[in-house]
Amino acid sequence: MKRAAEPFRFFTASYVTRIGAQKAANLRELGEGLEHCSDNSIFHHTYQTLEMHHFLTERFSNDFAQWVLAAMNRAALAEQLGGIDIRDYVSLAELRADLTRAVRDYCKARPADSEQAALEPFYFCESIKVTVPLEREAWTLEAFREGLESLSHASIYYHFISSRLRLHLRTNDFSLWFTDNLELPDLAHRANRIDIYTNTLDTTKARLLALVDRQLNS
Amino acid sequence: MAPLDDYARLLGTAEVDELRVMARRLEGRDIQMVNSTAVGGGVAEILNRLVPLGQELGVSLRWDVIEGGADFFEITKAFHNALQGGAYEAKPENFDIFLAYNEQNRARLRLDAEIAIIHDPQPVALINGRQNHFGHWIWRCHIDLSRPNPTVWKFLETYVNRYDGAIFSSPEFTRQLPIPQYLIYPSIDPLADKNRELEPEFIRSVLEQFGIDPGRPILAQISRFDRWKDPVGVIRAYRIVKRYFDCQLVLAGGGATDDPEGGAVLAEVRDAGSGDADIHILELPPWSPLEINALQRGATIVIQKSLREGFGLTVTEALWKKKPVVASAVGGIPSQVIHKHTGLLAHSVEGTAYQIRFLLSHPDIAEKLGSQGREHVREQFLITAHLRRYLTLFLHLIESR
Repeated sequence: MKRAAEPFRFFTASYVTRIGAQKAANLRELGEGLEHCSDNSIFHHTYQTLEMHHFLTERFSNDFAQWVLAAMNRAALAEQLGGIDIRDYVSLAELRADLTRAVRDYCKARPADSEQAALEPFYFCESIKVTVPLEREAWTLEAFREGLESLSHASIYYHFISSRLRLHLRTNDFSLWFTDNLELPDLAHRANRIDIYTNTLDTTKARLLALVDRQLNS
Repeated sequence: MAPLDDYARLLGTAEVDELRVMARRLEGRDIQMVNSTAVGGGVAEILNRLVPLGQELGVSLRWDVIEGGADFFEITKAFHNALQGGAYEAKPENFDIFLAYNEQNRARLRLDAEIAIIHDPQPVALINGRQNHFGHWIWRCHIDLSRPNPTVWKFLETYVNRYDGAIFSSPEFTRQLPIPQYLIYPSIDPLADKNRELEPEFIRSVLEQFGIDPGRPILAQISRFDRWKDPVGVIRAYRIVKRYFDCQLVLAGGGATDDPEGGAVLAEVRDAGSGDADIHILELPPWSPLEINALQRGATIVIQKSLREGFGLTVTEALWKKKPVVASAVGGIPSQVIHKHTGLLAHSVEGTAYQIRFLLSHPDIAEKLGSQGREHVREQFLITAHLRRYLTLFLHLIESR
């Protein structure tokens, strides 16, 4: 079994939510909030939702889309916002720009809708992250599998989903390590194709384990 | 109190192992919780679980309770109601008495922890005991401050603003403050008697003990007899449902001895429910966790038709038990009941009745909502998730200074 040049070091991340001063009571205010809120707020309402509500795969995966549907009853805009895939972005600035544009364009085309009062306000919040090393590392694919099997939801989320922003790449920590350290680009590619929107963190982990097992048995 | 390993058996070792790793980074840090009561009430219930778990993790976590006379607690109870929007004529001497007891406690307590979490309004003026801006002082507010009595809030705000941050249970409960505001949900303990798994025979015996037929659908609201919980509205909703389904209604709540209005509300509820043998109005003794647990588990649908609500931990308890929940969209309930995903929200008697009928007609959907509700609680509202958020906040405070 190939030994990696660098070990895979397992981490976990934990978040506490900070409630921001901004809130939106209609679509115009949502657009303004999107433009001016912090990057941490964009992260909270798009990336963090994928961890907090990972088991709800039928729900819109970001809070903006969910609020537009539940509090504004604007299904078309909700679908548009919900269709924005964080995997297409390597920076929050780009993600913010597309979210803002979608809301602004909608309001411009339907000015009366933009001032309609929401059933409940949207509160802009932020995620504050604390990263903690798990004092565990893997030098081989077998050891990696053992580590992966014992990971929590938070750790899977950190390495497989939020890692994209840290790396500024359209990949994840696992795939990057498979490619750079084990020279397994096919495994890396297959892992990166796992759909984080239609899978829960449990099924994501199960699929990753299945891919690793297939590699180990090949 | 169940040890951490018991939580690992229930929730998985990874979650508990990570708590241990996080706690190691807090080694040597002195952390203090201060509140106004050691027993009774939701805050004490949570701290009675949270503090020993933190200590088992090796965190140097101590818990102090302030002392006060009957006059102090009468005033703080009035403040509490006023802060949640109730009418209150504040007299100047009330503020003096409040401050005098805070000063006595400031002199009595050791207030030199690196992180101090001061719970609720009662001890808020302990901030006067902070030495030379030392440590991190956080005010933890468990109540809904969205519509406070302006006089009481203006008085308390001057103290709150001197803290380094405030924690609320829901974004809706916050105020505009010049300090950071954090969101930490309250929690339930899955291993407590009120929430632990029960044998089906025990559930059945409790239902039969109260004359409830386990063979027919049971709608239940387990809540204090309080007008804000709208028990009469629940009966009206039940009567609509009853036209379509042969069901029963259970309204169960704690004793009314400590609440002057409780007796009157209970009488109104009994009056509204009279003449229907399928309406069971149960006045439970103050400490009946296993009976409450059994009634929740025995219910077909759990209702929480509150007009106003704090966080609504009775909803959390029902969701953890995989119960389909129909609840009002007030207070902290929408954080828990994500409409059509972890339960159903309603805004009226008619809406509540319709959602109940829908779930009785679609048991498969009811089952799915119940399962997803449990997952939501597992991720967000268990004591272990609560502890993790506190550890995260402590690490953030220490690392950000």
